[in-house]
Amino acid sequence: MTSKHLKFIQHSGKVVPFDRANVDTDQIIPKQFLKSIKRTGFGENLFDAWRFLDEGYIGKTDRQENPKFVLNYPQYHDASILLARRNFGCGSSREHAVWALLQYGFRCVIAPSFADIFYNNSLNNGLLPVTLSETQVDTLFRLTYENKTLTIEIDLETQQITGEKLDTIGFTIDPNRRLRLLEGLDEIALTLKHASEIQEFEKQHRQRMHWLFSSR
Amino acid sequence: MNQTLFDKIWQLHFVGQRDDGLELMYIDRHLIHEVTSPQAFEGLRLANRMPWRKQSILATVDHSIPTRNRHNGVEGIDDSIAREQVITLDKNCREHEIEYFDMHDERQGIVHVVGPEQGATLPGMTIVCGDSHTSTHGAFGALAHGIGTSEVEHVLATQCLVQSRSKNMRVEFRGTLPRGVSAKDMILALIRQIGTAGATGHVIEYCGESVANLSVEGRMTICNMSIEAGARAGLMGIDNTLMNYLEGRPFSPVGKQWNDAVDVWLSLNSDVGATYDKEIVVEINDLAPQVSWGTNPEMVVSIDETVPDPASMSYEKAETAQRALQYMGLEPGVAMKDLELDKIFIGSCTNARIEDIRSVAAIVEGRRVASNLQAAYVVPGSGLVKQQAEAEGLDEIVKAAGFEWRDPGCSMCLAMNDDRLYPEERCASTSNRNFEGRQGHLGRTHLVSPATAAASAIQGRLADVREYL
Ligand code: SF4
Repeated sequence: MTSKHLKFIQHSGKVVPFDRANVDTDQIIPKQFLKSIKRTGFGENLFDAWRFLDEGYIGKTDRQENPKFVLNYPQYHDASILLARRNFGCGSSREHAVWALLQYGFRCVIAPSFADIFYNNSLNNGLLPVTLSETQVDTLFRLTYENKTLTIEIDLETQQITGEKLDTIGFTIDPNRRLRLLEGLDEIALTLKHASEIQEFEKQHRQRMHWLFSSR
Repeated sequence: MNQTLFDKIWQLHFVGQRDDGLELMYIDRHLIHEVTSPQAFEGLRLANRMPWRKQSILATVDHSIPTRNRHNGVEGIDDSIAREQVITLDKNCREHEIEYFDMHDERQGIVHVVGPEQGATLPGMTIVCGDSHTSTHGAFGALAHGIGTSEVEHVLATQCLVQSRSKNMRVEFRGTLPRGVSAKDMILALIRQIGTAGATGHVIEYCGESVANLSVEGRMTICNMSIEAGARAGLMGIDNTLMNYLEGRPFSPVGKQWNDAVDVWLSLNSDVGATYDKEIVVEINDLAPQVSWGTNPEMVVSIDETVPDPASMSYEKAETAQRALQYMGLEPGVAMKDLELDKIFIGSCTNARIEDIRSVAAIVEGRRVASNLQAAYVVPGSGLVKQQAEAEGLDEIVKAAGFEWRDPGCSMCLAMNDDRLYPEERCASTSNRNFEGRQGHLGRTHLVSPATAAASAIQGRLADVREYL
């Protein structure tokens, strides 16, 4: 199954408090797993160096879980919303990081800020990145810790986060990106609707910067 | 209207708005490698699509190939999964008739070293690559973005990137660079100053006389690490130094085309009075060689400083710093120069060009790598860099000093092959990322300039290169 062009309308799920800033894509999916030429199979190695005590490689079974890592706490085994600190997803452009999060079971990441490439990669795969203020993120962390678990509902249509124990939180996402997620449209097909415009542009571009179009 | 270099390149490549309001930017050059392209080609195949303009694509292998025993080619790659990845790129390039420097090609190398070296990176271009360090190419006055695999597929199929317009940020390096201090130290100092998210959403334009005085290679080192400051791209102005570098390269235009190109290129520089959304000044008159102590590239101090104390930091930073110190096996207050090393890595798209190797050779000539080191590598950025270095006798100098002289590739920058750190090994590295496990499971990375790495190899500890001049 490909994880491409996933729709996102609304999602209700458990929050896991991942209390770290600057989580980089090298942590989300370590490099030894990037050798795969497929789009699937990354979930089991999400956060590999933190989730397991032994060093992982593709196909390794019999892993030793790290009981101190928050994703391994029994109460968060079925969490589908990752709550993190600022600059989430910095570093490498590897889209494998987003695939790994989705394939592990996450549908949404909430943080005060995201690195640019990761943010785009998420939107391109239907993993919803929700940017909230530091204070709002603090509140969510507090509520999760206080209640041990917190279940919330994220609605992209109304751009609201609701939950039993919390005051409704609004969030915004670029309206065009939002529409595409809601409808689950294929990005390439959308662009190719403008194929003649691109061709027209290319013609003018060829005149302005003709050296770009010679033999090489 | 006074425009920046970024504004002008954007305008030159703006195709239009899609039905859904998002903007399309035309892409002149698409660089690809084995790790982030297979799923994109597979996507094309499944949707029955073809590359829009294959002449715009240049491919090479770099990330997962070994850096020795290359004579057996693809068959010689022991790791069967890595081998499949390389074979897949071979196949995709053959099928789509894409210009490709394979493992046997003397022009093969790290994609961000190869493009510029071939003249495939030209001023005023828009460039993408499924790799975050595509920012390197900004040194040529080209707008170069690192992209994810879905975007690689999108550019293959449409020649366009869906983009929202970035903001402009101006970084001025003010002053004159002291002896022994290099472009690498400048960029580390900037990231230390503004942090790893300091430039998020922005394209950085680097300005100032000190930047104009740098060689093109030094400029690439700075633009390369723009991504470590969170920037969408790095950019530098277009000048004669650049023209001299580009003229006569295999992909560079010639004759009348060259003249036409130069006219356009020179008109792209930022206008006097152009405005920026953010402006930063980094003073470099007294800059010392920089070295990272932690697990992200803003955790940096001068070589003559000590390991910082989390107790003196804000709450949030302190926690991150504490974790970093623990991972790095460091105590606050220890002098950086007292840190004993296990390995030295000189390579990567940040610092594996000929000038970098020259600066290493100048320091290690007639000296020996310290006996406490497990290994010291020099990994040239491309086959042509390797050839050039050998023609200058630099390989003999570094080998005589005790370094291993490897074949070109990413190598221990991300340790996808056998070149790596073992748990708790400490390394002075000329690469760009000191993330946990980046150079090997539980490995400890200190980011430094090539000159600092060379001096540290001799010393067996992190060293102040100024004592070696
Ligand atoms: S050398 Fe390192 S940073 Fe550069 S492209 Fe290769 S892996 Fe990426």
